[in-house]
Amino acid sequence: MSTRLATGGRLIDRSARRRFTFDGRAHEGYAGDTLASALLAGGHTLLGRSFKYHRPRGLVASGAEEPNALVGLGAGARFEPNQRATTTELFDGLQAVSQNAWPSLDWDVGVVNNAFARFLPAGFYYKMFMHPRPLWKHLFEPFIRRSAGLGRAPSERDADRYEHFYAFCDVLVVGGGIAGLQAALAAGRAGARVILLEQTAHWGGRSPVDGVRIDGGPAEAWINAAVQELDGMENVTLRPRTMGAGVYDHGYVLGYERVGDHDPAAEVPRHRLWRIRAARLITATGALERPLSFAGNDVPGVMLASAVRDYVVNWAVSPGDRTVVVTNNDDAYRTALALKSAGLEVPAILDARPRAEGELPEMARAHGIRVETGKGVAKVRGGRHVTAVGVCAQAGEGAVLEEIACDAVAMSGGWSPVVHLWSHCGGKLEWDAAQALFRPDPDRAPTGHDGHPFVATAGAASGALQADRAMADADENMKNVLQGIGRKSPSRKPPKVESAEEAPLAPVWQMPQGAGPALRAKMWLDYQNDVKVSDVRLAAQEGYESVEHTKRYTTLGMATDQGKLSNINGLATLSQALHEEIPQVGTTTFRPPYTPISMAAIAGEARGPVFQPLRRTPMHEWHEANGADWEPVGQWRRPYCYRRAGESRRDAVHREVRNTRNALGLLDASTLGKIMVSGPDAERFIDMLYTGKMSTLKPGKCRYGLMCDENGFLMDDGVCARLDERSFLCHTTSGGAERIHGWMEDWLQCEWWDWQVHVVNLTEQFAQVAVVGPNARNLLERLGGIDVSKETLPFMAWTEGTLGGFRARVFRISFSGELSFEIAVPASEGRAFWERLVEAGEGFGAMPYGTEALHVMRAEKGFIMIGDETDGTIIPQDLGLDWAISKKKEDFLGKRGMERVNMTSPDRWKLVGLETLDGSVLPDGAHAPAEGLNANGQRNTQGRVTSTYYSPTLGRGIAMALVHRGPERMGETIAFNVPGRTPVKAKIVEPVFYDPKGERQNV
Amino acid sequence: MARKRYSVFAVAREALRGHTGWPRAWASPEPRARYEAIIIGAGGHGLATAYYLGKNFGITDVAVLEKGWLGGGNTGRNTTIIRSNYLQDPSAAIYEKARSLYETLSQELNYNIMFSPRGVIMLAQTEHEVRGYTRTAHANALQGVATEFIGPQRVKELCPIISLDGPRYPVLGGLWQSRAGTARHDAVAWGYARACSDMGMHIIQKCEVTGIRSEGGRVTGVTTTRGDIGCDKLGVVVAGHSGRLAEMAGFRLPIESIGLQALVSEPVKPCMDVVVMANTVHGYMSQSDKGEMVIGGGADGFNNYTQRGSFHNIEQTVRALVETFPMISRLKMLRQWGGVVDMTGDRSPIISKTPLEGCYINCGWGTGGFKAIPGSGWGMAELMARGHSPLTEAFGMERFREGRFIDESVAAGVAH
Ligand SMILES: Cc1cc2nc3c(=O)[nH]c(=O)nc-3n(C[C@H](O)[C@H](O)[C@H](O)COP(=O)(O)OP(=O)(O)OC[C@H]3O[C@@H](n4cnc5c(N)ncnc54)[C@H](O)[C@@H]3O)c2cc1C
Repeated sequence: MSTRLATGGRLIDRSARRRFTFDGRAHEGYAGDTLASALLAGGHTLLGRSFKYHRPRGLVASGAEEPNALVGLGAGARFEPNQRATTTELFDGLQAVSQNAWPSLDWDVGVVNNAFARFLPAGFYYKMFMHPRPLWKHLFEPFIRRSAGLGRAPSERDADRYEHFYAFCDVLVVGGGIAGLQAALAAGRAGARVILLEQTAHWGGRSPVDGVRIDGGPAEAWINAAVQELDGMENVTLRPRTMGAGVYDHGYVLGYERVGDHDPAAEVPRHRLWRIRAARLITATGALERPLSFAGNDVPGVMLASAVRDYVVNWAVSPGDRTVVVTNNDDAYRTALALKSAGLEVPAILDARPRAEGELPEMARAHGIRVETGKGVAKVRGGRHVTAVGVCAQAGEGAVLEEIACDAVAMSGGWSPVVHLWSHCGGKLEWDAAQALFRPDPDRAPTGHDGHPFVATAGAASGALQADRAMADADENMKNVLQGIGRKSPSRKPPKVESAEEAPLAPVWQMPQGAGPALRAKMWLDYQNDVKVSDVRLAAQEGYESVEHTKRYTTLGMATDQGKLSNINGLATLSQALHEEIPQVGTTTFRPPYTPISMAAIAGEARGPVFQPLRRTPMHEWHEANGADWEPVGQWRRPYCYRRAGESRRDAVHREVRNTRNALGLLDASTLGKIMVSGPDAERFIDMLYTGKMSTLKPGKCRYGLMCDENGFLMDDGVCARLDERSFLCHTTSGGAERIHGWMEDWLQCEWWDWQVHVVNLTEQFAQVAVVGPNARNLLERLGGIDVSKETLPFMAWTEGTLGGFRARVFRISFSGELSFEIAVPASEGRAFWERLVEAGEGFGAMPYGTEALHVMRAEKGFIMIGDETDGTIIPQDLGLDWAISKKKEDFLGKRGMERVNMTSPDRWKLVGLETLDGSVLPDGAHAPAEGLNANGQRNTQGRVTSTYYSPTLGRGIAMALVHRGPERMGETIAFNVPGRTPVKAKIVEPVFYDPKGERQNV
Repeated sequence: MARKRYSVFAVAREALRGHTGWPRAWASPEPRARYEAIIIGAGGHGLATAYYLGKNFGITDVAVLEKGWLGGGNTGRNTTIIRSNYLQDPSAAIYEKARSLYETLSQELNYNIMFSPRGVIMLAQTEHEVRGYTRTAHANALQGVATEFIGPQRVKELCPIISLDGPRYPVLGGLWQSRAGTARHDAVAWGYARACSDMGMHIIQKCEVTGIRSEGGRVTGVTTTRGDIGCDKLGVVVAGHSGRLAEMAGFRLPIESIGLQALVSEPVKPCMDVVVMANTVHGYMSQSDKGEMVIGGGADGFNNYTQRGSFHNIEQTVRALVETFPMISRLKMLRQWGGVVDMTGDRSPIISKTPLEGCYINCGWGTGGFKAIPGSGWGMAELMARGHSPLTEAFGMERFREGRFIDESVAAGVAH
């Protein structure tokens, strides 16, 4: 039975009790416990169910590498699935539930018993469920989906807060063990800006558990002093509970800080994502112990030897009363010793090596522990818990020599450096045959923009497993790193580390060596995904030989622990099956994050109303207060219409159109792009941008212009005003302002960098109002200050001055066909100006109108709308805009593109107007079929609707369309397809439906 | 190598003898000196091309050369969305051909590729998108592609975890294709590879093509890391590396190679039965059969070959999806990765003859070619065998010179 020991526990505070529940039952632990240690102390050895076979599973590890002990945490808007019990700090009120079991963890009906499991080997689903075909969708897939998955999905909106931090430093050290601390000390003392991250809540890593001595005292004393010194340095930032999550190009590193997970009551963000730019990154991330592959190595009670030691020393929890240790190295003897000194029984140490005569084995023997060399585990007995192990010769086929009763097994297959962060950005590995591990190859480090390595390793992460070597390695590597960034390392001797000398391990990839298929089908490699030695061998047999194929075919290493425990064992198994060397087989790619990080932390604060920046015009609040129905237009909000009590949207739009045509409408046009182009070469530049010849424009005048991309496709339109000899103000569409600004900069910076022009995006500097309708001039005259008479300010002219006390530019332009002025005032005065217009306009019937009325009115006039009539494949000629293309200019953007055969073809679809025969409104985007089918059996088509509205002015439906040879077919009737209805017939007409002579705007 | 049919009975039989009787899924032969046709690139498109050369035209003297492991390019890195609700006729034709072949591909290949026609919704979150998708629905109706524009309530019924009301970009509706869905990407490559191998074709892995040989303007073979190999016809199907192969063949391509990333969450129990794409905010999501939320977004903003991406894109995508599906906030990102996608100027593929006689190219599938694999292979095989295919006709590379683009970015920004 696992239980709490009466004394000890470095990390727990026995005076501070913590209450929590697991599957609804009340439990108690201590401050400093993890959920895992507290559950184990409470006798819980069954903590989860595996993914595929739903086998009972207990703790294997004590940290981030734990594959089994995943729980659902919290409730409601704070529920989180798949939380690792080993990295969950205990707090009062914690609620945990087990996962992937039904009806309960103890009695899971999903369990696939051993007899059935053999029908589900690696990749079985590729070979079956194909007949009859519909069953896949309706039966097999739903069934697989239900049995797969781990925790329950959250269902509510997250109640917590998250944030991002940005930081930069000279040296970022990831990992707060002795190597990381030493690295940080060296960098800190050299005056470098240092950030040190540690994923757990504690500094020092493994050394205190392993009984390491530093500078003549226990490791802990040195660690405390080091932390204290670092804490006192202004150039050093220490962050516990912060994991180095990912490494990206150019020294960009993600840190994941779990700020509030251990204390949900605190008023802090739950997680914080650190985005760090580091000149150098030191990965001091230590090493992870590997399991051994013997039959039954997944039975609850079988744990990593280091984890057993952690539970005993850190939390005073014994995983069992009688623990058999099985190993291929010296380190695991420390576990036996730790158990022994906690007063627990160690019936035997089974060492697969033929001899074990180092310092640690001798100590074990001296403590009276039975050491069996050349032996291994043939088989673990027990279902939901270990009851015994069968001992066998490692060299044999698994004949059981003896059974040893026990309730726990501590296994060690050696150690693997944590190379993830090193590898994320391209660092390469080398195989260390003596230690049987992959370690970073310092000659093939990830390189930065300057071609120099920007990642180095320290300690066990380098493959220097023993504490004394780890310290020396950190010291040595830091010297080089500091030199690389031009800092002198302080000439101090590294601390003196004493640690028992260890004999080399003997690689053991299968226990016993000669195990047959029956045993191999019980040796787990990947616990969570239920991948066994037999699965990997099957993959190899079937030709899935590349390590990536094997991984994907078997799902090895694809579980939530991403193969932290299984990768190397899996690789070695594959290499044995293929009779190739391990380095030839190679590793799979290490991808961020090191361990999973919350989506919430990635999203940070950007959610809800601040998900994206919201751009408001100066009049935004007025619209809000006056019934605006908002429409998102890029990041802007624009009023679609202003609804009055009892009005539908449609009613409101029609009222706004009629009022504008008959009296006076006001439109907030501030979102319109306003880009100023000026300089000695402005004329030349502007002539390249627009298809027309803008340079001939006189100051004081405006002209409508088109901008095309290099292919000749129309991308934006608007009115360009000449401000003076050297400057133009280009109006763009609302959605196009940033794009066109960028487009201009692109040409100026990359192609025409020697032209003397600068462009400024003034969109937000001005508020702009369109004053539209028969009463427009009356209103401006009422405000007074600028002569807006027909003679002084004719159509397509602009002027500036003071209008009703506001500094203003008045443009005499029209997008509605009515008498119309667009007036720009400084943004800060926009609201006041607007209110002044509303107030002074009262007697003239002034009403605001929204984007939909704007659209209807422009369609009535046959004006095109970028994004409706255009879609990135339309050239101006398609829209009858040939008149806006200069024939004289030598060049402009898009000119050559328009000359290509397909662009000049007479068969292009061109803009026309449509009038339905029955007066109805054509559906948006409707297509007109033509005769016959094309070579691929699709209906031929001859046109499509680009804009379609009910025109309140004309009392009927009107539409604009692109039709094959449209302008040549005036008066012809064509039919538009409406799925599920009879086709709608429409007559092809000129696209200008209202006031074709333009008499209304020119008054 | 004798093919062993996969079935539930075969699995049962093998189970009783420890699965020792399963043969290799595909052979691992030494390259011969020459083949009638060589396909470079054992991605989905290359393998499908080989398969239909054999199946539809009886050409089985074929080698597929792969520099790494088969299916290891974008075919094994994508988010597996399959749909055919494209706007332009040529695209709708080839993607719908592919989608309909996917429907029966498991049975045809005798390899369960897990095509799951669970339905795809493309959300409309602006008035502009509403108009764009109604236009697509109208076009699809005439193209023989079954789609419909649905309202927000229907969106919610199909995908209860979605947040309809924004607040920034409320869901106004969506384009729904009920027979669209997903498939298991690796299985598509493996299934085709096994079927090709069964026809006697050679799939040669770890064999990088380093040069293309020709005589008098006609292709004669390739130089590889495993020696020279001759051929009459050559199909270049290497996605992100197309520019490099074209250079070897002596012509240029209007292709850029850009990183595209994706990520998955930790697995959870089923909570989403359809695929949802939200193009206004740049993100899309589905749930794999394993239970992971499979997430993707827009391409990186710069050219590169590294198969790594910049984190900023991941952040943008995740942010968009937390906004769209608030419940994923407390799920965790398990793994992110990237691929190199081959983008053309009009975001449509190139399936074409080339200036080098006998050499054909199939590339430019960019962010959305997984869904096209069977149709693309079908058309490419026809083009190579007959010199002409209605499916691929519009995708010739001369279209860029002629200005005859097939622009799919028209309706929506991202095209997965
Ligand atoms: C993150 C991501 C998400 C995606 N999501 C989707 C999606 O949801 N839906 C969708 O339809 N599409 C999606 N795609 C796109 C899709 O993956 C690709 O369009 C498609 O897989 C391309 O297949 P392919 O066979 O052309 O290329 P690949 O699979 O890349 O195959 C090309 C092969 O050529 C080999 N090769 C290259 N050079 C040589 C040489 N010199 N010699 C020999 N061999 C060579 C490569 O090693 C590779 O195996 C996505 C792509 C990515 C990266």
